[in-house]
Amino acid sequence: MAESELLSVHGLSKKFGRVITADDVTFDVHEGEAFGIVGPNGAGKSTLLNLIGGVIDPDAGRIEFGGRDITRLKAANRAKVGIARSFQIPRPFVDMTVFENVYVGSSFAGGTRGQHGYDRAYAALETTGLLSLAETPAGQLRLLDRKRLELARALATGPRLILLDEIAGGLTEKEIPPLIDTIRGLLASGVTVVWIEHIVHALVSVVDRLMCLAEGRILAIGDPHEVMRSPEVIEVYLGTTFDIGEGRAS
Amino acid sequence: MSVTLSDSTAANRARVQRSTRASLVGLVVSIIVVAALAYGPYAFLSKGNQQNLTTLFIYIILGTMWNLLAGYAGMVSIGQQAFIGIGAYGIVYAADILGLGLWIGLVLALVISGIVAYLVSFLAFRLSGGYFAIGTWVIAEVIYLITTQFDTLGAGAGISLTTFRGYKPEIRIAVVYWIALAAVVVAVAVTYLLLRSRLGAGFTAVRDDATAAATLGVNVTRSRRIAWVVAAMGCGLAGTLLAMTTLNVQPGSVFKIQWTAFMIFIVIIGGIGTIEGPIIGAIVFYALERYVGDVGFWYLVILGIIAIAMVLFLPKGLWGLISRGGRLQLFPTGLRLATPLATPLATTTSSPTSGTPPTTSAEDL
Repeated sequence: MAESELLSVHGLSKKFGRVITADDVTFDVHEGEAFGIVGPNGAGKSTLLNLIGGVIDPDAGRIEFGGRDITRLKAANRAKVGIARSFQIPRPFVDMTVFENVYVGSSFAGGTRGQHGYDRAYAALETTGLLSLAETPAGQLRLLDRKRLELARALATGPRLILLDEIAGGLTEKEIPPLIDTIRGLLASGVTVVWIEHIVHALVSVVDRLMCLAEGRILAIGDPHEVMRSPEVIEVYLGTTFDIGEGRAS
Repeated sequence: MSVTLSDSTAANRARVQRSTRASLVGLVVSIIVVAALAYGPYAFLSKGNQQNLTTLFIYIILGTMWNLLAGYAGMVSIGQQAFIGIGAYGIVYAADILGLGLWIGLVLALVISGIVAYLVSFLAFRLSGGYFAIGTWVIAEVIYLITTQFDTLGAGAGISLTTFRGYKPEIRIAVVYWIALAAVVVAVAVTYLLLRSRLGAGFTAVRDDATAAATLGVNVTRSRRIAWVVAAMGCGLAGTLLAMTTLNVQPGSVFKIQWTAFMIFIVIIGGIGTIEGPIIGAIVFYALERYVGDVGFWYLVILGIIAIAMVLFLPKGLWGLISRGGRLQLFPTGLRLATPLATPLATTTSSPTSGTPPTTSAEDL
């Protein structure tokens, strides 16, 4: 079976002043795949998701989604064609209830009006375990529930591709396995996942392929274990005092 | 081939409650009050009281519109007097100068307010936050200055509304009163229905976090533009009513920034972000103006002190106090999930109000 590309990124570049956060980035994500992204702080991981989600515009390059050029598409319209996003630092609508937060996703990007929109929002709350907090103002949620809300809102849009930005960051070891189950459930239902995470063991246990970014550039891409074993990745990602057996330490 | 969540859980219908017993009572009481007010001129309302109530209705419309704009859509404008002026001049121009009469003149004044607001939005929306606020003020001043350049509009000297010529004063006062009553009902009802719609959820989402709203499919600019144009038309409506009550439109009066200051005051004392708040606020403001307004300079000082005290000690306004922090809602705009736990899969014992999420379910995040 030939793998079809759902997301294609060609030569994407973005500078903020003199800081290069994406430098000629090119990669594909296949339909139904779980694609992980790692990299040290400031590598441009979140910027990459912002570019794909349409939150910021690239200086150069092209983004295709489902065979269609979406480089000029606004964020709201990317959400409507099926790209959903969770933010690293949760961005709840603080004065709306959890249910209303999720309904925004199901009714706008998801395009489901009225009862269908309610049902979709309800299902997203069920999947993420937030149902008991449905009536709580989102501003009152603690961190774990804010993260869940990010995921629930993204799910409610009925995405083909979901971009997760450190969804496990700040969670305890006990809280991570259920999260992984939820993400596996998403994959099983056919959703494609692009997932940035610092908690590497969680990431590697789920993703089919892994990409390592540093200073806006792709350092390595491919099999997760091979990527994590490659010397460049170890040096750049894990830090400077690491002796990897070839006498290279810095 | 997008995957929808509802496919797997189609059996679970979310029951959403959009009205409560309080809101039904609110609706019934509102209808009775409006019916009584409509009948008033035949029975218990003197000419003076009809004029007083007309003024109150104008305040309610203004407060409701600023609340829609700032309270729900998060756009703090201090230039709404532009549209009061446009409404006032618009009805004089359309009804008298074009000779279209009162009714068509009224509608046309609203259309003009909306068109100007739409065009101006392309300029104003380049700014955000405090810059937007100042920008709207500058735009209002420019519109004021442009208006005074036209001789047909009386230049800077003002112009009279003559469409009521031939009406007996008591008839005219009653007609204006009824128009104002209809206007306040329309303004509040339109705002209420708008906020209950999907669009209303979009307004609040954009207010709370525009970036997150955009990534969930809300067209941020379009959403803001709708709120802006509706609020402008509401202020235009108040402007036409002002022209009808004073019968004379003075540029320095209809375009003065105090109008926006009053709107803010009304919304703050009543309670921002609620339908009920600006109505209460307008009543309080009207009463203050009526009974304290003649102390001159000190009146403004008193208004200022009240506003500061409200912000510090009662940020949700008088309605926040009456509604016990939002528990009583006569005009609910939110979505209440009536069956949060009607799922056969849920094995946990959490209740809708408990703060603890289930911890053992495999469905958990």
